[in-house]
Amino acid sequence: MSTVETNPPVAPYFMRQPGKPFPPPEYADFRKLNGLAQVALPSGGRAWLITRHEDVRAVLTDPRISSDPSREGFPRPTATAGVPTPHEVPGWFVGSDAPDHTRLRKALISEFTIRRMKAIQGTVEEIVDGCIDRMLADGKREADLVNDFALAVPSLVIATMLGVPPADRKFFEAQSKVLVTISSEDEKRADASRQVHRYLNRLIALRRKRPADDMISRLVASGQVTDREIPGVAMLLLIAGHETTANNISLGAVTLMQNPQWIGDPRIVEELLRYHSVADLVLMRAVLEDIEIGGQLVRKGEGLVLLVAGANHDDAVFERAGEFDPSRSAQGHVAFGYGVHQCLGQNLVRIEMEVAYRKLFERIPTLEVAAPIATLPYKYDGVLFGLHNLPVRW
Amino acid sequence: MVRISVDTGTCVGAAQCVLAAEELFDQDDDGIVTLLNANPEGEAVKAARVAAESCPSRSITLHED
Repeated sequence: MSTVETNPPVAPYFMRQPGKPFPPPEYADFRKLNGLAQVALPSGGRAWLITRHEDVRAVLTDPRISSDPSREGFPRPTATAGVPTPHEVPGWFVGSDAPDHTRLRKALISEFTIRRMKAIQGTVEEIVDGCIDRMLADGKREADLVNDFALAVPSLVIATMLGVPPADRKFFEAQSKVLVTISSEDEKRADASRQVHRYLNRLIALRRKRPADDMISRLVASGQVTDREIPGVAMLLLIAGHETTANNISLGAVTLMQNPQWIGDPRIVEELLRYHSVADLVLMRAVLEDIEIGGQLVRKGEGLVLLVAGANHDDAVFERAGEFDPSRSAQGHVAFGYGVHQCLGQNLVRIEMEVAYRKLFERIPTLEVAAPIATLPYKYDGVLFGLHNLPVRW
Repeated sequence: MVRISVDTGTCVGAAQCVLAAEELFDQDDDGIVTLLNANPEGEAVKAARVAAESCPSRSITLHED
């Protein structure tokens, strides 16, 4: 294919809308063209949307792109929404390139090995059982599955791993919610960021004096992460550790309640990750040199949004991609991204989802959604797609 | 014959290889890939291909000798 500059379609930033399916049907239209479209960002800028699986994977391993939001062209949905720069939040290594990204990631890999994840499974099971116990305890036979379970489980797991007091759950969940809502006012977002920083700084100072068997203590002792970076690293792990998984667990629970024949099948987790693609709008990059993507010339200094749901619903790779079908091979999905930034906690997410669904439907087999699916409060405005609440009964 | 090589310098410890083929790949204490068997045979060749394909940092190469 020859490299050309065409007039690509221009899409609005918020293609997810109440009453419309997710992923937005426009993605399929873009894939049928050359896979690229331009998006008009609420901040006024433009960026390229990449919708094909092949292109998303190729771009994410291309050395000519950058994850650093301070680079020219890096997509900023609004003035303050999106990935913070290394200057704004030192240690937020999602938004950094080599060598800083390599150093920070390597300081953390040992915390998320398969062996570590197997060792932590027992803790995850206890936390999941505890949440279900509390749901059953009041005898009402109804609950908000987001607050009482889907959000509670990963919040308590990541808090335990980091050494953050689980009792402070409400505090860090509320601040995170402000940070991951695209339309949050700049001042509110800055305040939430300051509050989490202040909170974590106190905790880090405490662990410096009296180390415990937790990740923050080990980060402090590692010598790999500077004092300026430790709060940012801890904040990233705390937020990424509960927000993303919560959305996966809640959306997946709805899908399983609608498709109960699959409950108990070991293949559901990978297919749910592919099918829901909650991190659809998370992968953003800046282009450092002119490159060709799907036959389209993309210029140095332009921005890219690599659509996770676009790639994971690409019929060229996943037949009948719009259907939830755990019997397919979901292998190759990019729910956790791809390239050197691929999600560090992905194997923790897999364990959390597996344990969550196994225990939830074993212990509450009559669980059902207590509202029409179409009226559920979906996170149309979230950096991550998901549910604000999920009323259930049994 | 298929021979596997891994690049521990580029490995980012996502552990996709261990998930795909735990009889061929492991992680050291730092989370970096270690090769348990460089010469897979039969079904293990298929698993090695899945591991190479899944590796997000493309740190696994299969050499068809």
